[in-house]
Amino acid sequence: MTRKRKRLALILSALVVLGSGLGLVLYALRDNIVFFYGPSEVLAKELAPGTRLRIGGLVKPGSLTHDGMTVHFAVTDGKRDIPVIYSGPLPDLFREGQGVVAEGVLGVSGMTASTILAKHDERYMPREVVDALKKAGRWQESTGKSAGIGGGS
Amino acid sequence: MIVETGHFALVLALALALVNAAVPLWGVATRDQRLMAVAPSVALVGFFLVALSYAALTYAHVTSDFSLVNVVENSHSAKPLIYKITGVWGDHEGSMLLWILILSLFGAAVAVSGRAMPRDLHAAVLSVQSWIGAAFLLFILLTSNPFARIANPPIEGNDLNPLLQDPGLAIHPPLLYLGYVGLSITFSFAAAALICGRIDAVWARLVRPWILIAWVFLTLGIAMGSYWAYYTLGWGGFWFWDPVENASLMPWLAATALLHSATVMEKREALRVWTIFLAILAFSLSLIGTFIVRSGVLTSVHAFANDPRRGVFILAILVFFIGGSLLLFALRANTLKPGGFFAPISREGTLVLNNLVLSTCCATVFIGTLYPLALEALTGEKISVGAPFFNATFVPLFLPLCVVMPIAQNLAWKRGDLLGSMQRLFFAFACGLAAMLVLFALRGGPVISVVLAGLAIYTIIGAFTDLATRIFGRATLLKGTQAFTHALGLPRSAYGTALAHAGIGLSLLGLAATGWGAQKIMAMKPGDVARVGPYDVVLESIGPQSGPNYTATVAHMAIRSGGTEVAGIDPAVRFYPTRQMSRSEAGIKTIDFGQVYVGISKGDTAGSVDARLYWKPLVSLIWFGAIVMACGGLCSLSDRRLRVGVARRVRKVAAAAPQAAE
Repeated sequence: MTRKRKRLALILSALVVLGSGLGLVLYALRDNIVFFYGPSEVLAKELAPGTRLRIGGLVKPGSLTHDGMTVHFAVTDGKRDIPVIYSGPLPDLFREGQGVVAEGVLGVSGMTASTILAKHDERYMPREVVDALKKAGRWQESTGKSAGIGGGS
Repeated sequence: MIVETGHFALVLALALALVNAAVPLWGVATRDQRLMAVAPSVALVGFFLVALSYAALTYAHVTSDFSLVNVVENSHSAKPLIYKITGVWGDHEGSMLLWILILSLFGAAVAVSGRAMPRDLHAAVLSVQSWIGAAFLLFILLTSNPFARIANPPIEGNDLNPLLQDPGLAIHPPLLYLGYVGLSITFSFAAAALICGRIDAVWARLVRPWILIAWVFLTLGIAMGSYWAYYTLGWGGFWFWDPVENASLMPWLAATALLHSATVMEKREALRVWTIFLAILAFSLSLIGTFIVRSGVLTSVHAFANDPRRGVFILAILVFFIGGSLLLFALRANTLKPGGFFAPISREGTLVLNNLVLSTCCATVFIGTLYPLALEALTGEKISVGAPFFNATFVPLFLPLCVVMPIAQNLAWKRGDLLGSMQRLFFAFACGLAAMLVLFALRGGPVISVVLAGLAIYTIIGAFTDLATRIFGRATLLKGTQAFTHALGLPRSAYGTALAHAGIGLSLLGLAATGWGAQKIMAMKPGDVARVGPYDVVLESIGPQSGPNYTATVAHMAIRSGGTEVAGIDPAVRFYPTRQMSRSEAGIKTIDFGQVYVGISKGDTAGSVDARLYWKPLVSLIWFGAIVMACGGLCSLSDRRLRVGVARRVRKVAAAAPQAAE
């Protein structure tokens, strides 16, 4: 095999690998990404039931009820609420009036969550929640200086 | 006074780094040996000064000197001593100081061990390393000074984030940094090679040990971080495709590719441009990782604080080094002549394939990590790219690599025999297939797990096939002693390769077995029994416990198997009053490489807990595999031709007998 043909083989295999990588990325980006909204945005956008998304806000005080291992609560940004049903382990810092991020599928009358993220730390609030509250005009800069820690490991 | 000494030492270290950034390079440009000779001693003194500064900060933490902002914000007088020492790197300022400490440690190590290197290369490597050091010292002193005082010192500190009050903090960050920052040396080598025009096999041989060291630590650091997340987050996940994890995975992928391409460059003088590029890329990715983690663009437990100035500063460092090195690369790389010739089906050919696949994997992780940031910056839309994305992109690219890996090991350099290689792997193929059939018959279960397990078995056995062939040769009836002599005669790097590849197989096996796990989430009162997998877990009692700076609720549980008690575990929830924060302490018992894992949280009613119980068969293999990989790296590192000074001896011999070279 000549040097030229060898180089051609190299370039072709590079194209095949990179091409398949690109194809996989484009395919995955179409189906496997999840948008993040605050409650007001969810209602304003009139998303179709069955949409997978993340919502962020505060757990509405007085809305939390336990039913065995299943919990019902509402996520609020101070203006609008979204009811959420979730069964599974709750984070240690999940409680009423605190910031929360829920990921799940939108139903007709609320969201069925598959993951709940709460704060790691009393001093911090998930940044997504802060932004959602800011959009709804319910955020005071003075009280929430050190917003930083949210999900993750 | 000690604190001021530390601060002053840091400023001095910056001054020395600036000297070392300029003088030796000037020496290289003017071929002045005296100027070049400055580099090693300045690098050593610089390291000493940074170490002094680090010791001063540790002293302030240990003695709870609350006149330092850094200590007030991250320490507490009641905190156990071990977390006072490790807590130094449990915050932004201290961890950046550790970054610098390791950076200058690697500089000092090159200064000491590089006596066999060509003078100009040695000086240039140390000089480039000092450029990086100077940039980060400036960053620390201007934006994140750990020695900043407070006007009215409080009596008590705010304590360290409880999630970080864990033995994992003592191990994970230093290991990861040794890996992350270790790549700075390969970067310096690449830049120095471009500056000096020494892009050849000798360079590859000199740089290889440093790549290996960084790779070994990076592997261990990532595995340790994963295990820490696993036992501390309370629900048994070990990899989340979190941007912070991706930030460490990307340099690992690039370093792994670099490790393989440097072999080709060393043995065959091929892939020279590509190897240099990868060396630049690997460190660039670790800089990008530092930016992602530390700038506050992401929300994560690793993002200690949000200060926009810091983000902009790191971004500037990033642009300078990545841009500068790529510019140098563009100016110099095209002067290279093509290197050694090889057929597509050969050891080199498969290593090229390895590099292609690993870099493509790296690119998909890069896109998945940065796309949400870019989208948010451009359109304001917030999205999260999680596990489904990476499962659909990274996994299909990576798995074929495991199929090719053993085949590649059995191919010869230059021109290989694909059929012969596959014939030799017949036994490994057969074992993998048999494992699949047996598992399918016994366990059934998810097909993906069965296939992965079969692939894993094939990879593990395949990793040792090449060794076995080389030790026992073609003759099946070889005398024992003869095989032993063969085994001794093999280079240690061959054993290293086999071990590292087998480690990948082991991790894969652990991942495959997650499909056969069992889980149960339930509220438990004392006396309740939960069946999870083959075990019964009995909650015996719930009781309080108090630690030095926390109070805890502990559940005492017994694990039973068919009526006999196997072990006891004590999962707990700890509450840290200073930060008003609680954290769960999972109860884990390893049984035959599998683990019973129980996390608890406080129940609705007094006297009960919400328990999350898991049976995870073979799960410990995931991390054990990483340790085996690292052992492979160390084994390869001990290879004779990589040991310090050998290169020089070899060259002397080669000079005496020119025909015997290589």
